[in-house]
This record gives sequence, C-alpha cells and structure tokens, in this order.
Amino acid sequence: MKDKETKAVIFQILIKIAPDVDPETLEMEDNIREVLGIDSFDFLQFIIGLDEEFGLKTPEEDYGKITTLKALITYIKAAKQRLIK
Amino acid sequence: MKDKLGTISRTTSNMPDYDTFCSQFSWEKEYESLDGLPEGGINIAHEAVDRHANGDIGNTVALRWVRKDKSFEDFTYIDLKVRTSRFANVLDKLETQKGDGIFSLLGRVPSLYVAAIGTLKARAVFCPMFSVFGPEPAFQRLSKGKAKVLVTTTVLFENKIKQLLDRLPLLRTILLVDADCHIDDKVRSLSLLMSKAADYYTIKNTQPEDPALLHFTSGTTGMPKGALHVHRAVLTHFVTGKYVLDLHPGDVFWCTADPGWVTGTSYGIIAPLVNGVTNIVDEEEFDAARWYSILEEHRVNVWYTAPTAIRRLMRMDLMPLDSYDLSPLRLIHSVGEPLQAEEVVWGKKTYGMPICDNWWQTETGGIMISNYASMKVRPGSMGKPLPGIEAAIGEVEGEKVHLLTKPLEQGHLLLKAGWPSMFRAYLDEEERYKKCFKGQWYITGDLAKKDADGYYWFVGRADDIIKTSGHMVGPFEVESALMEHPAVAEAAIIGKPNAIIGELVKAFVVLESGFEANEATKLDIKGYSRKKLGPAIAPKEIAFIKRLPKTKSGKILRRLLKARELGLPEGDTSTLE
Repeated sequence: MKDKETKAVIFQILIKIAPDVDPETLEMEDNIREVLGIDSFDFLQFIIGLDEEFGLKTPEEDYGKITTLKALITYIKAAKQRLIK
Repeated sequence: MKDKLGTISRTTSNMPDYDTFCSQFSWEKEYESLDGLPEGGINIAHEAVDRHANGDIGNTVALRWVRKDKSFEDFTYIDLKVRTSRFANVLDKLETQKGDGIFSLLGRVPSLYVAAIGTLKARAVFCPMFSVFGPEPAFQRLSKGKAKVLVTTTVLFENKIKQLLDRLPLLRTILLVDADCHIDDKVRSLSLLMSKAADYYTIKNTQPEDPALLHFTSGTTGMPKGALHVHRAVLTHFVTGKYVLDLHPGDVFWCTADPGWVTGTSYGIIAPLVNGVTNIVDEEEFDAARWYSILEEHRVNVWYTAPTAIRRLMRMDLMPLDSYDLSPLRLIHSVGEPLQAEEVVWGKKTYGMPICDNWWQTETGGIMISNYASMKVRPGSMGKPLPGIEAAIGEVEGEKVHLLTKPLEQGHLLLKAGWPSMFRAYLDEEERYKKCFKGQWYITGDLAKKDADGYYWFVGRADDIIKTSGHMVGPFEVESALMEHPAVAEAAIIGKPNAIIGELVKAFVVLESGFEANEATKLDIKGYSRKKLGPAIAPKEIAFIKRLPKTKSGKILRRLLKARELGLPEGDTSTLE
C-alpha cells in the first residue's frame, strides 16, 4: 500500500471521529490530537480503527510515538512489513 | 491464605492507625498547623506559597513543569511567591475588586498555576476552565460566573472566546500568556504587565468565609452550576494532603488531573503546595510510556490518578517494574469514578501496592471518603470517611432523611454538613443550593452502601448525570446544544457504560422532517456538537430514534433509554406517555 492510500484510510477514520475538522488541513508534522481537538478516548478509538483496517495490534506503549501523520504512516508501514515477514 | 492486599508498608505514615486517629481528630487542632495571615484571617495563597517561601523550604522546588518535549523547568516556593505576587499586582492595577471572578482557559502551563495563586492573593475568585471546552461551555461559565478577567492563550482566544465577547459585557480584560505586546485596551499581554509589576504583595485581610474558588459542575436539569468555595477550604486541602495522600517533607507528588476539573485544582495545585512538597505538572495528555518515564525520572513518591488512566495502563503488555525504576513510589490514589476490584488487585500485582480509591465531588471541595496508606484496602470499596467527616446512608423523603443503619442497605450517600471545604453556594441559585441539604445532611446525589466494618461501596448516581473519564456531564447542557442543529427536533443524552472511560456520552436524536437518518446527517450533528461543546462534552455516539420516551408531563425518561440501550428491565413505566 502506498503512503497516499494509507493516508486516505487514516483520513476516513479521522473524519468519523472529528467530523468538524477537515483532516486534509493536517500537515505531516502536526500533532494530530492537538490540531483536530481529539481527546485521549477518541485517539484510542482512532488507533483501534486503524488496527482493524490494517490488521495490526498496536500496543498501548506505542501510542505516544504516533502523534503525527508522518510518524503514523512510517509506523504502519513498518508494522505491516513485520506482519509480512 | 492471608490476603495479599494488606496494608501498605510504611512505618512513618502520618496516620498510623485510622480508628485511633479518628477518635483524636479535631479540625480546630489541625487548623493550628496552618499559619494564618500576619494581621489575622486566612488566605489559601499564603498557606500554599508565601509561608513556605518565607520559611525553611523557600528554595525547595514547589512546581516542576514537564514540557511536551519532556524537558522541565523548576519553580521554587520563592519563585512562586514572586510570580504570584506580580500577578496579584497586575490584578490590582486592573482595578480588580475582592470577590471578582478571574477565569483561566489554559493547558497545564506555569501561567495557570501563577494565575490561580495570584488571584487568591488578590482576594478575587479563581475559576479554571478546561482548555478543550468549546465556545458554548466556556460562555456558560464566563457568563454565569460574571468573569471580569480571563487568562488564556492567543490561539484559544481567537478560536473560542473572541466570538463570545459581545455576549460577555462584564468581561473587561483578556490576559494573553503568550503575547509580547498588548492587542488593544481589552486584550493585553500578561508578560508585559507582569514585567512592570512589583514582585512583592501584601495579602489584605482575608476571612475564612471569603469566597476563593469557583468550580462549575453539571446538573441533571439546567446549565452547569457554579459551586463556590471559601478560603477556609484550605484546611481540608491540608488535612487530606497530609493524611490521605500521606505527603511528607521532601516528597515528589504527581496529580495527573487537569486544573479545569476540581481534582486538578484541589490536588493539582493547592494540597501539595500547602503541604510543602514538590508538585509535578505534565503539559502533555495521557501517554502510557511517557507517564511511566515521568514517574521514574522525577522519582515520584505519591501518585494521584484516575481509573480511566489506570485502565489504559492495564492495556500495556509490559510489567512496569521490569522496565522502569519506580522504587520511590510508595502510594497510589485514584479518583473520578469507582475503581473496580480487579483494578485494585492489578495495582497490587503490578506496582506491589493496592491502588487506593477515594470519593469526593466538586461540592465537597476535597476528599471525603478514602482508602488510606495505613488501612487495609478492600478492593472495590470507596474506603472510610476522612477523620472529621461524618458520612451515612439514608433514604430521602421530601424534607426528611431516614438513616439506614443495617449493613449493606442501599441508599443515598449523605455527609453531615459543615466541613471546611463544603461549597457555600451555587452561584446565584439559592434554591438549587438549599435543595442539596435536608436538615443537617448534605445529599450527595450518589447511591452507596456501608458494610458492617464501616467501608463504603459506591452503587451509582441517583440522577441522570453522566460520569465520563471522571468528569460530570449534564444531559441538559448537551441536549440544548444539539437542539440548535437544524436537523435535530429533539435530543436525549445518556451515559453508556464503557470499559475505559466509565461512561460515554451517547445522544438519541429525533430528526426534523426532511432530514434523512443516515451517516452523513450523523456526522454533521457530531461535528456541530464537537465544535460547540468541545470533545470532552460532545457525544461520542449518536443514534436516531423515532420518538423519545417521555412521562405524561413531557419529561424525557432518560433512564428508560438507558435501560433499552443496555437490554435491561425497563422498570416502572407507569408514568410513560
């Protein structure tokens, strides 16, 4: 899956959680929670949504590492590669 | 087999034996441990900061602020004294009067703590607001609290407050903590004003019953109520800090709550400072790995957190003691919603000590019922009343209270009125305030039971108030906001049980004709409510319904909606329309 497609999936999930903000306004280095006004429960739902979509099981201890679009896309790519191996 | 959940091993607990201590306790005796103002009277700011700055621990770190990037900045008691004095001088310069409402809308940054203590020094009333509130909750509080001054950031001002100014004629000054220069006569740079203010301030005569703090809390009907607390409340903050949180000189303490909620003010600002310890403030939101690293790096001794966070930590695969040195940690407390027995047991397994649950409310101003360091913890129990507090279980009928004295009888949780941090009013709502008291008893609105050994057990709310992530949300406030959406004809809000946050806010919506009950409409309503209310209050779930169940007199039966949602028996439906 290309980064662009990963991003599209991320946006699909984000729009359901925070429909008041257009995720397209997010810069790659922006803190997603801060820019979209997402609380920690929403963020948990967001990661669970991503896990379901990508077949991952993101551990709670990694949540703090995936706060930006850039970090998230890199993380998903690496996690999927680990799954393939 | 011996119960593994024995007492927490600590030989120097401030309250070595609960029963003995209760029999000897007196508020008057504890009051003598406070300093009092040189000219008489008592002021929270003096007890929290100035007396320590003037005494032996002036150079002790009062506040350690951990930035988002994990770098940190220390403020000693002397530093805090200077900064809060400057803030009080700024308020004087702005011609703030005794009793005026000074509000904050800030994240956890040092200016918030300086504003809180500085406001109390100037004898004004401090009201902290949660920074993720949307414009509508902010307006309700600023308007009802007759705010004269608001301390906030440029972004929060631009996004949430600016649009409200026409509706807030009493709001005279906005102090921006991050602006280098004044915007106009009304919107000013706090740092510029602070730089010109004197760093010494003499606190004027403050009486124990003078108003100090205003915290808004939700009601079942109507908009949030402003619970007013007085300077005498500092006695509860001192006593609970010393005997419940068991704070000792030299301790490092971390309360993870935001000062926008009462826990974050009573225990994230006042109690640790009054007890002269080092108070950790983390600017960032919950992050499991970060939290453990803070506990380790800053050698936290006493940690006060919430069930929502504990449940998130329980999701981690690691055993924290294998990965982090938490050896200085000796006591963990939790508040916000009841801690389940398995969560207490998990604490013992994970940290080597049970997590001590405790119970209190915005109205009580401080911890009222708790498990203690020196008392055997019963997992799932709220614990026993604070020494000096009389609690009971009772039935309330009209103006009468009938006490239930048999073990495990379920009834209203009652507190005998008169403790130091008891709220003194719901601002401008005397009738609503009076309704909370029946004779000598304060009716908490919570249902509970007491066992044969005096431990209290939480049962639930007696009303429709929702407890989400440890915060109270009133259905009326949310329903009112939803009703302003053009597609919404009627709305009802319930708390839907959730394994992580206790309850989540769920909305049932009856649509206006012409609107389709589809995903797009749902998202539009959700987006609208988030924009208006902010993520802490806005519904997390929305469902469409053809009609709302109501009584014959037209009152929405939220409990019926909840029972249907959960597949529970519907109970008495004789009043159903």
